[in-house]
Amino acid sequence: MSALSLSPARRSVPGVFVALTLTLTIGWLVVLLDGGQLFNQSTTVSLLHVAAGLGLVAVGQTLVILGGSLDLSVAYVISLSTLVAAETMNGSDGAVLPAIGLVLVVSAGVGLLNGLLVTRFRVNAFIATLGVGLLLKGYLDNGYDGPAGTTAPSLVQALGYQRVGPVPVSFLLLIAVTAAAWFALSRTRFGHHLVAVGGDPEVARLSGVRNDRVLVTAHVLCSMCAGLAGIYLASRLGSGAPRVGTEGLYDLESIAAVVIGGTALAGGRGGVIGTVGGVLLLASIDAIFNQLEVDAFFKQVIRGVIIIAAVAVYARRAMRKAA
Amino acid sequence: MQTVQPRSLPLRLPRVRPGGVLPILAILAVLLVLVGIRQPDFLAPQSLMSFLGRSAPIILLAAGQYFVIVSGEFDLSVGSLVTAQVVVAARLIDSDPARTWPVVLLLLAFGALVGLVNGLITTRLRVPSFITTLGMFLILVGAVYLWSDGAPKGGLSEEFRRFGRRAFEDVPVLGRVPYALLVLVVLAVAAVLLMRSDFGRTLVAVGDNPRTAELSGVRVWRTRTFAFILSGLAAAVAAILLGGYSGVSFQAGAGLEFGAITAVVLGGVALGGGRGAVVGAMLGALTLELLFALMNFYGVSGALRSTVQGGIILLAVAVSATRSSSR
Repeated sequence: MSALSLSPARRSVPGVFVALTLTLTIGWLVVLLDGGQLFNQSTTVSLLHVAAGLGLVAVGQTLVILGGSLDLSVAYVISLSTLVAAETMNGSDGAVLPAIGLVLVVSAGVGLLNGLLVTRFRVNAFIATLGVGLLLKGYLDNGYDGPAGTTAPSLVQALGYQRVGPVPVSFLLLIAVTAAAWFALSRTRFGHHLVAVGGDPEVARLSGVRNDRVLVTAHVLCSMCAGLAGIYLASRLGSGAPRVGTEGLYDLESIAAVVIGGTALAGGRGGVIGTVGGVLLLASIDAIFNQLEVDAFFKQVIRGVIIIAAVAVYARRAMRKAA
Repeated sequence: MQTVQPRSLPLRLPRVRPGGVLPILAILAVLLVLVGIRQPDFLAPQSLMSFLGRSAPIILLAAGQYFVIVSGEFDLSVGSLVTAQVVVAARLIDSDPARTWPVVLLLLAFGALVGLVNGLITTRLRVPSFITTLGMFLILVGAVYLWSDGAPKGGLSEEFRRFGRRAFEDVPVLGRVPYALLVLVVLAVAAVLLMRSDFGRTLVAVGDNPRTAELSGVRVWRTRTFAFILSGLAAAVAAILLGGYSGVSFQAGAGLEFGAITAVVLGGVALGGGRGAVVGAMLGALTLELLFALMNFYGVSGALRSTVQGGIILLAVAVSATRSSSR
């Protein structure tokens, strides 16, 4: 695997978008033959809502994976964030900003813990974030049996349901976060350092990059993205939900979306634009199957096949390029 | 995560088993003492035997996972494979004792087949095993729900269930020896012998440095695929024991993959491959089970179990990681 490629983001982006276009075209035709309409207002809106939730998590996940790490605790951070948000607001519009602030602080704290475990204590990222996830799971299981707290009505209105044409505000938030992450990755020192650390930590260190600091930052940002996803879900559901993150399989699905988007799981190659493509691809498949009223379990089987197939295609291309 | 990394000195190859079992033995001893203080009855042969029998499935899964991890890969599909096996067994047996043995054979073949597919996709198509087995996880869970329309059907025969719940009665000294324990002992010995054979050494060499192994004439893809098959087989045996012990449910295998990986890592095996012993992995699983028993005795609420589990894993791994890096 080449350690340092100069334009890490550019190469793998088109693939997923070709797949997305193909999927949407074929899906549109199939749904049309079935007597339905894929791109009417309600399906488009719900597709973008699904994409917004998963997308926020996946963009954060992209950052840690680029750095050669990964985060399995995001699902629990999401659940925790919905609860922190909804319980702090407790239905009052005045408490929206403090609640959002508190969620970001709490999730940043979790990210900091993840990052320190991975860097200072040299715990394998898989185990470190799994362990932190278990810590949070115990707290959630112990303290909550069901929904708790109430999201402020104004936030439910603004982030949960408000939209501009067919585009929900939450999706605009995703676009903003993606743009910020893209900028950070391709135009700032942090971004270049992160990719270098993911490509070859030893070379990065010898070139004067402070690997630990870069990775900790990536972990903090990743958890904060999961926190944002939690705020979005709290505004969608109207309350805090202690199992929403795990039931949505946000941990594994976000990693899948990142990898489908062309980011190498080993780190050092890829970017957030591809990830959004991956998220849209997963959300489109969902929408198409919903339109065709395909069995939910069958959908999951197909999802598994697609994830494997997509990555196999990337691997094939990488091999041909290397040859 | 596990690509060709030119890690440290390749000259480590001849030292295939750098132990690492001592720390986990120490933790195990401490837990045993703590259990002994709180619940002396637990250490009586009778209850110890049944505890070991109950722990057999997760210990076997840890051994299976060990083969995959030491060769440098992951298997996230074992939990869903266990669930699928239990549900499939119930439906196929449909409470007919005559079908017990054919179904047992079928389950073993099914486990091996899933392992083979995982292995071939990972090695031949070069899909990272994290993704391969994650995809397999989704496929198996979806397929098993689909096949049974959302609720498990049929039932296990008493013949089938005896593997997981019956025992040899009136054994001198030990009292009652569960069949599961016997299965565990036989397979554990087989696993240790396998790791001492040429195949075992090759497996560790492949995990330590696939490039070097390839250059010295090892067919890396074949070795790794075989490791996945072993993991699938271990899942099949675990499913037979678990189905017998706790019956049919869609939750039968939920979370077992993370449990097995945790156990392996607790046992001193390095994620990324090349280091650690299969005995360590199995002891890791035993330690984890003992920890849960201990929490029960001390009245830790079920909900807090995962917090304690997470804390201990992080502590154990962090301590061993900082120790090994300071050397």
